[in-house]
Amino acid sequence: MLISALTFYFFAATAIFAGAMVIFARNPVHSVLFLILAFFSGAGLFLLAGAEFLAMMLVVVYVGAVAVLFLFVVMMLDINFAELRQGFVRYLPIGAMVGVLLITEIIVALASWRGGDLAAPQSPTPPVAQVGNTHALGQILYTDYLYLFQGAGVVLLVAMIGAIVLTHRQRSDVRRQKIAAQVARRKEESVAIVKVQSGSGI
Amino acid sequence: MNISLVHYLVVAAILFALGVFGVFLNRKNVIVILMAVELMLLAVNLNLVAFSYFLHDLAGQVFALMVLTVAAAEAAIGLAILVVYFRNRGSIAVEDINMMKG
Repeated sequence: MLISALTFYFFAATAIFAGAMVIFARNPVHSVLFLILAFFSGAGLFLLAGAEFLAMMLVVVYVGAVAVLFLFVVMMLDINFAELRQGFVRYLPIGAMVGVLLITEIIVALASWRGGDLAAPQSPTPPVAQVGNTHALGQILYTDYLYLFQGAGVVLLVAMIGAIVLTHRQRSDVRRQKIAAQVARRKEESVAIVKVQSGSGI
Repeated sequence: MNISLVHYLVVAAILFALGVFGVFLNRKNVIVILMAVELMLLAVNLNLVAFSYFLHDLAGQVFALMVLTVAAAEAAIGLAILVVYFRNRGSIAVEDINMMKG
């Protein structure tokens, strides 16, 4: 019990530190790296809460795909980082005010919250000794939540098509081979018979 | 030393507040704002997983999975818009985004 508590505090402290550094780091590349650290710590917290599948999902999908996508975009855009930090101090008071206000509200709400009588769980977790987390999740995801699952697939498809449509462009300064135009060429429009009189040239 | 639901909720609340703080603080860099949004979504997922664990209800984890999906789609679309915007204007500062005069 002590080990798990210490692990929890370690992951929680790392997550909060990394989350703060995402915002305060001077270089956006460092921000992305701290975001990856925050996701790793979040995955550790998920593991402690018994959500093994989601923890692996977070590492594979977020660290492996989304964070690397961020890294690509940060490095692809040629930005003057020193210029980007201007106005940081100007917005510090209002940002700090909103942040402190929000966290105070959450703490007040949390302090006055009492877990009342709850309805029976919609999908009770089966005993871990018999059915693992991934197995249990699969059993309800493909039966009870099938439409939700299919909807998630549609969302990803729309996002993929949208990203391609947004970033695809036809460049006008590049000469490309037009195969259709080449195949559709006729004899009449490409060959001309010219009668040349001897001794005069064309 | 038992870890209760409130422990998880406090961590998630701090992470969420940091995300909101980041959105307000970075008025020059859209990428950092997108990252702050990802941080807020991570906090929400932490809440869902914690409730799922302490109430013994797997539905919370299914919902966290959906939040993960939407967050990935949002990151892809957001970064695509960002790349197109940078291509057109040569800047990603929030203050320069005023073409629609909103």
